Amino acid sequence: MPPLSQTFGSLLRAGAVAAVSTLALATAPQAADLTIGLKSEPTSLDPQFHVLASNTQVSMAIFEPLVAQNTELGIEPDLATSWTFEGTVWTFNLDPAVTFSDGTPFTADDVVFSIDRVAKVPNSPSPFTLFTRQIASVEAVDAHTVKITTKEPYPLLVNDLAYLPILSKAAASGPAPEGRTTTELNRGEGLIGTGPYKFQSWERGASLVLARNDAFHGAAPEWDHVVYKPMVNPASRAAALLAGDIDVMEAPPTTDLKDMEANPKVSVVAGPPARVLYVGLDQFRDATPGVKGTAHNPFLDIRVREAMSLAIDRKAIVARVMGGAAQAAGDLVPATMFGADPGHAEAPAADIARAKALLAEAGYAKGFDLVLGAPSGRYVNDARIAQTLAAMWSRIGIRTTVEASTPSVFFKNYYDMSYSAYLASWGNNSGEVGTTLKALVLTRDPAKGIGTANNSGYANPEVDKLVLEGASTMDPEAREALLAQADKIVLDDYTLLPLHFEQPLWALRAGLTYAARADQYTLPQDVHSVK
Amino acid sequence: MTDATSSLPRRAAKKPSRLAMLTTRFAENRLAVFGLFLVVLAILAALFAPWIAPQNPFDLATLDIFDSMLPPGSTGSENGLHYLLGTDAQGRDVFSSILYGLRTSLIVAFSSVGFSMGIGLVAGLSAAYFGGALDAILMRIVDIQLSFPAILVALVLLAILGQGVDKVILALIIAQWPYFARTARSAALVERNREYILAVRCLNLSAPRIIARHLLPNCLPPLIVIALIDLASSIAIEATLSFLGVGVPVTKPSLGMLISNGFEFLMSGSYWISLFPGFALALVIMGINLAGDHLRDILNPRNS
Amino acid sequence: MQAFIVNRILQSLIVVLVMTLLVFAGLFVIGDPVQMLVSPDATDIEKEAVRQSLGLDQSFVVQYLSFMRDALHGDLGNSFLTGAPAMDLILKRMPATFELVICAMILATGIGLPLGILAGLRPEARSSKTIMAGSILGFSLPNFWVALVLIMIFAVGLGWVPASGRGETVQIGPIAVSFLTLDGLHHLILPALTLSLTKMALIIRVARAATREVAGQEYIKFARAKGLRKNRIVGVHLLKNIMVPLITVIGLEFGRTAAFAVVTETIFSWPGMGKLLIDSILTLDRPVVVAYLLLMVVFLVFLNLVVDLAYLWLDPAAREKGRD
Repeated sequence: MPPLSQTFGSLLRAGAVAAVSTLALATAPQAADLTIGLKSEPTSLDPQFHVLASNTQVSMAIFEPLVAQNTELGIEPDLATSWTFEGTVWTFNLDPAVTFSDGTPFTADDVVFSIDRVAKVPNSPSPFTLFTRQIASVEAVDAHTVKITTKEPYPLLVNDLAYLPILSKAAASGPAPEGRTTTELNRGEGLIGTGPYKFQSWERGASLVLARNDAFHGAAPEWDHVVYKPMVNPASRAAALLAGDIDVMEAPPTTDLKDMEANPKVSVVAGPPARVLYVGLDQFRDATPGVKGTAHNPFLDIRVREAMSLAIDRKAIVARVMGGAAQAAGDLVPATMFGADPGHAEAPAADIARAKALLAEAGYAKGFDLVLGAPSGRYVNDARIAQTLAAMWSRIGIRTTVEASTPSVFFKNYYDMSYSAYLASWGNNSGEVGTTLKALVLTRDPAKGIGTANNSGYANPEVDKLVLEGASTMDPEAREALLAQADKIVLDDYTLLPLHFEQPLWALRAGLTYAARADQYTLPQDVHSVK
Repeated sequence: MTDATSSLPRRAAKKPSRLAMLTTRFAENRLAVFGLFLVVLAILAALFAPWIAPQNPFDLATLDIFDSMLPPGSTGSENGLHYLLGTDAQGRDVFSSILYGLRTSLIVAFSSVGFSMGIGLVAGLSAAYFGGALDAILMRIVDIQLSFPAILVALVLLAILGQGVDKVILALIIAQWPYFARTARSAALVERNREYILAVRCLNLSAPRIIARHLLPNCLPPLIVIALIDLASSIAIEATLSFLGVGVPVTKPSLGMLISNGFEFLMSGSYWISLFPGFALALVIMGINLAGDHLRDILNPRNS
Repeated sequence: MQAFIVNRILQSLIVVLVMTLLVFAGLFVIGDPVQMLVSPDATDIEKEAVRQSLGLDQSFVVQYLSFMRDALHGDLGNSFLTGAPAMDLILKRMPATFELVICAMILATGIGLPLGILAGLRPEARSSKTIMAGSILGFSLPNFWVALVLIMIFAVGLGWVPASGRGETVQIGPIAVSFLTLDGLHHLILPALTLSLTKMALIIRVARAATREVAGQEYIKFARAKGLRKNRIVGVHLLKNIMVPLITVIGLEFGRTAAFAVVTETIFSWPGMGKLLIDSILTLDRPVVVAYLLLMVVFLVFLNLVVDLAYLWLDPAAREKGRD
């Protein structure tokens, strides 16, 4: 805070004699401190408590995984310098030069301890077992070699490991089954990692402060301190950035982008997209609750689904609703991702006449009434996108009203499959189309974790076979071919209607750069000042 | 028996002259008359919205996304509409939205006040007339509820009920009926002990009849004042709840929702989306309060 | 007197029971917190495990009873979202809310009281009529809209104060306060002013009515006749006499203001407990919602009690009655 922060409080504390030096101190932040305006605060500092982006991005600054994802979700060595696999057995060679921030050396025991701890963390609202469920066993072969065995051939093990930060066994052990408890870790007790920064203090709701880890094995971290401040309201984040109170803001509002780009005091960076907004249509029952004016479920007819896709002017949504901060989508993942079908790289253009013709051909010349379910406040501009869709569909005779609900209500209806048509979103965090297809279009089998978000009820045995075969095919080329084939079938079927890919955005004060990431994490180690 | 009752002194009989007197006294205060004018204007605008508004903002088919965020006085690119007060992020004409939003706001206000007044009257009059355990229980409930701010009660109820116009009305009724009940009871208690009521009771008339024909008319003046004040606060609470995201759904915006929708654009200079609905809201509430405040003064026996 | 206090406490216990039952039964009818929390990739088994660990697999009655049992031992449960004790989360945010409310009440009284007395002393003067019209405005303008306009003018337009958030804090014992720093005051002024407006209007009206009543009484006329200076009459006699209604109003309104801070906190991103309530309602974080309501009930009951006692103590007539 510039001159204003010459505070009564600090004057009181320091006394009149020391006032001059207080003044100098109070002109924080110092050149070497980095202040980040967060869109949401971490719920916990325990890196294995809650699978949530706002938690993971903080633990990625304090801890490191065996392998890490780069800005475009590609896999890179981190604590493990190399690895090999044979069938279900993976061998990781650890970096022997790494020490934790408290100076103790990093060894294979820490890896075993960390992966072992995941399942023991109690009361987790969204457990990290998501990333360990394919792991059958973890063994320390020697001090710097770890052997991980999976339950079945599983090429995405490295992607899962990228989400598992490694704690220090010595620091994080304790009397509780999980060692240091979540409450203790929240206080910073036992919160010792190998990452570029280390914990300093956390006051919930106000600020989280990290300090440089001088023992870091990589290039020396640039910032003395990193201060995270939760600022939920986007407008206030923007105001704070313009006022110089923060250096980096997450998710600048799309409405402000033009002003920000014109402002020499700040810059906006966009990351590669990985999150798709799409429309799901009920394809599993003959009488669908949200449709009036026809006897049967119109979405069982592929011509209707195609007509609805053709009625959408994706470019208009990107330009007018998303403020340009999105890419029109023809696929469920960006074309650059592994396994995306090259035939659907381009977003389909709107064609009202053809859409109307298709509807008539399907026997719906007079259209029908439709209720579109959408969340309000979960994804960027969600309710506005839904209303725009409704206007576009109404133009081809599908008289659409929008039922926009708070996320808690929306997700209940969504998982209860009570919408005939819904606007939803999926963020891909593996960099390959397989995980998206597995969750969104494979025949629902929630017990196995397949089709967990397939709430349109699509079921196609051929797609199931291709994707599941791909999921356990270790050879990349063969896997890519299988996945691309499945992706093509899904898209040709108009199973889901992709709309656009959200572009992750950051705004920075002038003089800073950020290696913008597809996973939307804000990592202080990737913020640098321009030299 | 009917003869017997009608020969008893009834204050209602004096009504015409009293009404005329009230009207004259009301007209003396120019601000109050102005307030009444605003209220009547708002009601008329809401009633005739479909005929006055250039666009039906609830019909998504009439909205053009290419006409979004136009400043006041712009003309639509395809439909040629003149957007007097500009358009919002969805391409809705702000002027039409205000008229329709006014409708939602007034429907919520009138129906919630109507129902809470009805419930409050019945509860308050029965408590006063029967007394005893009924009175004790009813008034305990009222006391407890009144110790809670209405906004908090409504907020918690809507968290349970979910969004929707009907749910907002229900929450407001539950939050506001105790005010009516308490006022009705205290007014009725004064009347109950008057001689003529004691006399009527001796005649063995049925309780509902005594309550309806003798207690009710005398409790109405203070209740009308409360109703007016409550009308204003209902509109304000509904707007506030919608602003917080737990009130009416985003696709059927009330005035509060309109202001909330425009909030995110305020900082980037599109002031008209929030500002104009805000003025409309403030004017309506102010009108009701101006009129209600003066009415209370002239109905208050201590002032006359 | 004791019976009165016991009665009050019993009453509030009933409120607590009804309130918790309602929220317990109602909050999950419209949504499922597990679906909100768990990653959409999770299998049914994983979801079930979360449900179990949060205790949501139990029947409603069992959940409620175990909540009541823990509550009697002073444990209101852990937040679903953060795993931290719900009460801790709320208590940590309470100072921010109270700071805002106290500042708003000081503003409301500091400005409202003199204006009200002025309007009461000379009811027919033009200035008094302006004050009264202004107070209607204060009642009428919805709080959140006033906040928006103030933000527009003073934060966006003139850039004098920040648009939102809480400024730099200073630790006083365990409590962090922001009103002792210049930066903190800068952040505090707009939200406090917004929150104070309705209360200011109310205090103007109460002060005016009380002044008019007192000014007409014999002893004031007598004091005037005795040739006491006008300032002294107003200062001593009047203030002494309007203290009773004023303290009642300020005390009762304090609770209402604390509740209404929900709105102000949301607009200004003020990190108080009202903001926490809204966030928790939206994420169905039931333990936090219930804990907030419990705390609020206790606070309001306590406040009412204090106001009643203060009333008895201040007002000689009521005291006499109490003795009878």
